[in-house]
This record gives sequence, C-alpha cells and structure tokens, in this order.
Amino acid sequence: MNDLSLTVTILRFGFLILMWVMVFSVVAAMRRDLVIGRKAKVGAPTARQARKHPELIQDAPAAKAQARLLVVTEGPLAGTTLELSNTPILLGRAQEATLVLEDDYASGRHARLFPQGTRWFIEDLGSTNGTYLGGTQLTRALPVELGVPVRIGKTVIELRA
Amino acid sequence: MSQLATVAKPRRNTELLLLLLALSVGIMANALVNLNLGRTFDNDFYTQAAILTGLSLAVHFTLRFRAKYADPVILPTVVALNGIGLAMIHRLDITTGDSAGPRQWLWTSLAVAAAITVIWFLKDHRILRRYTYISLVVSVVLLLMPLVPGISAGDVNGAMVWIKLGPFTFQPGEIAKITLAIFFAGYLSSNRDLILLAGKKIGPLQLPRARDLGPMIVAWLASVGVLVFQHDLGSSILFFGLFMVMIYVATSRISWILIGLALMAVGGFAAYQIFPHVSRRIDSWIYAFNPEYIADASFQVVQGLFGMANGGLLGTGFGQGSPETVPLANSDMIIAALGEELGLVGLFAVICLYALLVARGFRAALGTRDAFGKLLAVGLAFSFALQCFVIIGGVTRLIPLTGLTTPFLAAGGSSLLANWIIVALILRISDAARRPLDLSPSPSNEQQKEVPTL
Repeated sequence: MNDLSLTVTILRFGFLILMWVMVFSVVAAMRRDLVIGRKAKVGAPTARQARKHPELIQDAPAAKAQARLLVVTEGPLAGTTLELSNTPILLGRAQEATLVLEDDYASGRHARLFPQGTRWFIEDLGSTNGTYLGGTQLTRALPVELGVPVRIGKTVIELRA
Repeated sequence: MSQLATVAKPRRNTELLLLLLALSVGIMANALVNLNLGRTFDNDFYTQAAILTGLSLAVHFTLRFRAKYADPVILPTVVALNGIGLAMIHRLDITTGDSAGPRQWLWTSLAVAAAITVIWFLKDHRILRRYTYISLVVSVVLLLMPLVPGISAGDVNGAMVWIKLGPFTFQPGEIAKITLAIFFAGYLSSNRDLILLAGKKIGPLQLPRARDLGPMIVAWLASVGVLVFQHDLGSSILFFGLFMVMIYVATSRISWILIGLALMAVGGFAAYQIFPHVSRRIDSWIYAFNPEYIADASFQVVQGLFGMANGGLLGTGFGQGSPETVPLANSDMIIAALGEELGLVGLFAVICLYALLVARGFRAALGTRDAFGKLLAVGLAFSFALQCFVIIGGVTRLIPLTGLTTPFLAAGGSSLLANWIIVALILRISDAARRPLDLSPSPSNEQQKEVPTL
C-alpha cells in the first residue's frame, strides 16, 4: 500500500467520522436548547404554558370563579348574552360565527374565544381593526378574566360567572 | 417553574461554530472528489470553497441583524446538505462530462440570495396571512403554467412539470409548494373551529359535515389533476399529503386522515387502472428484477440498488465507485450515488441531518404563538419530510420511484430555490418562537396602542 492510497483511505473514513461529528454536534446544540422556547416568566402564562403547567393557572386568583356567560356590554348588540359551554366561540360578522356581530368595524372572522383548562382565552384571527383586551391590542392568545372588557370594533363583550 | 424562568438566548455563536463544521464537511467532500479523481487543487476548488463560505456567512450575518433569536441548528444542517450535494454533482460531472456543477453553484447562490431577501424584508411571518387567497390563486397559476403552450417545456422524462424562460428551465410546482402551504395555513387557522365543531359522531370518530369537506375535495381533485395532466405522481402525493397533515394538525381529528387515505386509495387505484404510465410505474416497482422490466422501466432503480450494494457499509469513497452508470444519478438518484460512495454509514448521517432539520421545523411550530405560524411551520417542515420519504423510499424500492427532488442534494435549480425560501420562512418563524416576550403591560411597548375611540 503506497502513501497516497493510505492517505486516501484515512481521509475516506475521516469524512464519514466528520459527518457524524456534525450530526452529534447539532444534537448536542439542541439538547441545551430544549428548555428555551418556554418563555421567560413575565406576565400571564400563554395558553400553551397553561396547558402544560396547570399549576400556573391555580396561582391566578381570578380563576377560582368559572365564567359561564358572555355578555355584550356595548355596541349594536348590547344586552345580548350567550351561555358558555366548553366549545370554542367564533366572533365576527360572518354568518358562521357563533356570535354574529352586526358591527361595521368588525371583520368577518374577527376573534375566537376558546376554553383551556379552567379559563377562557381570546385569540385575534387576523382582523382588520384588531381585538383589544382591557385596552391592549392582542398579538397572541391571552386569557380573559371575568369582567375584563374585550373590544371588537364597536362591540365590547365580557365574561361573567 | 424554574424551567420557565430560562432566559432566551440568541445563540448565534453556537450557529457560527456549527456552521464552520458544516462548511468543513462540504469543502472536505469537494477536496476528496478532486483528490480521488486525480484532479489538481486548482483555482476552481478554492473559488468554490470561498463561495460556499461566503454564502453561509452572509445568511449567518443576516440572521444576526434581522432574526437574532432564530434556531441555531437549521442553517448549519442545510449548508452541510447543500455542500455534500454540490460535491457529489461535481464528482458525477467529472466522469460523465456533464456541466451540472456550475449550474448548481449558480442556483445555490441565487437561492441563498432569495433566502436572505426573505429574512431581511419579511419582518413577521404573520404578514403572509394577508395573502391567504392570493396564494391560492398564485398556486393555481403556477400549477397550470407547465400546461400552457409557449412557455411549456413539454414532456421531460415523462412529466409535464417544466416551463422554459429563455435559456432557463424552471419547475413552477416547487414554488407552488410554498404558496399552497401559506394558503392552507391561512385558511385552516381561521376556519378550523367550524370544521372542528360541526358534524355527526359515529363511534369514536367525529365525521365532518359535507360542506366542510369541500376544501379537502378540492385539494384531492387538484392532486389528481397534477397526476392526470402533468403525469407527476411525486408532486401529487406531496400536495395532498401536505393538506392532510395541515388539516390534521389544525383539528386533531383522526377522521380527516382516514378520509384522506380513503380518497388517496380510490384515486391511486383508479389511476392504476386508467393510466398506462401509472400502472407501468407500479409494475416496474413490484417486478423490478424481472428481465422484461430491467431492460428499461426499472433499470434505474435496479442499477441504483446494485450501486448501493457495491458501497456496502462504509462506501467506496468519493470517486471510487461508479454511480454514473445510473441514469439521472445527479438528480433523482443522488441518494443511490451517495449510498454507493459513502456507504450506509454516510447515508444515515445524511438522513439524520434531514431528520434534525424537520424536527427543528416542528420545534419552531410548537414554540410559536399564533395558529397561522404553527400551521405554516408544520406544513413546510413536513414537506421536507414527505419529499425525503417519497424519494429515498423510491430509490431504495420501498415505494414506487417518483420524480421528486431530494431537498438540497439533487441537481435542480427550482427545487434549491424553493427549499432555501422554505428554510428562510422556518428561520423567521423560529425567531418569533424563541424571542423573549415582554408581556408586562408597560406603556413603552410598541405594540400597545390606545383603543381607538370611534
């Protein structure tokens, strides 16, 4: 076996080893990464965190009382109430919506209220004018506490026990 | 609780280290090809090494500026795969006298430039949701393009999926993969409650209402259309599989999968009975070693299998085997070429890289907070997984061979371009997933606006 073919053989196996070093380095980098992605704990838990860590919900005092009614407090439908079961509610102007809003400032499929654990979350469905929870525009699903106003166009709804 | 307090880190330096490793894989592969085939280390080799390094670093620095929290392992994985592909194409060029290598370098550069553009200008993936229905129209146009006389490149290897634009040929179906994923994600994220709630319950299965089946029927007809008019079984499986996975993820109803599989079985059986090219594919898969089929139909697969057998466990080494005897060795059959020269050990490393890439796509989907982003990331990552399954399964004769491209490895510009754009989108979504959130209602928060008084 001359020198060149020996080098070639070493390099051939060296390349296979290098490929696996690459694979295992990626796995090692991922292993350290597994905990990140759960967010730093600032503010309310997300829907996902609430599902994974039910203890987070029990920490919140308002969660003790279950929401049973959805009440429209302002807007064209003021006074309407809707009983909550445990199915998601679609809010918007579209005919398929669970609560059909006759509100020119609401989108067809405006927002969605859904139960998760013991509480209800609201999520904006890419509406034109946005959904406001207690004065803050939603950028992701957030839990709705009892009595906190949710504004959709000119309509304001809230959850009651 | 302590786990929740973990501070999110950008981890761009980890990415840089892994990137160096990925680049050494790509460059060493190219070096071995030159060494084993008696080529001198001329300027070409150094230029190519420099281009690959430059392109990867360009993406890396774009991420540093524009998507600081993006997943650190996606880019190195993709660079390693792309580098191995370039080396193998170069190696096949040397023995066949083809010039696919320079073309592949050109397309790699274009594709990386496109990925950088996407990362730079698309600040938030949720913007794409506004284009839900435009994406549908664009997908339809892209899918119909190869059938339009004038720009159609006609029948290439039995499939009408190419268009001709001046000197370039392009497969618009590759881009349609992305626009369809955007449409499905946008449509399902706003309609899933309807699909979820309505319908009768039979035993453990909740059946959807007939009118909610509409989109599924449309997706099915579209895939059957691709199969019938373009003779492209691979894309047909890819589009329908993409839809099925996304609707399953959106609704978590097993009944959709069952209905989808039933529709697929019906479509597949009908196609087998009616279209000669489909029945030929299936027969040449089942009876691959029958002399009647080896003569032409199954020659490619059988030759690939012999090649991989020749490679064995550790492979013959770059340039030492004869993968060039397999037709289309640098595109459809590149997995067979890699299997021959890198062996089972090398091929499994490649498959592991794909698995890691797909897993990171799913991870981005789990971490991101909006339904649209979740569905889009799942759909795009799954499209890689399905492509790998269909093509690697075809080459190893697990399923009939179909003409899907092996992502990042195979020679083919349109597929490289589309896959790099998909990587850019997954990186963008993973950045949104891993970015630390400031949830405290502070007035300095930019996203906070006053309630408009109407």
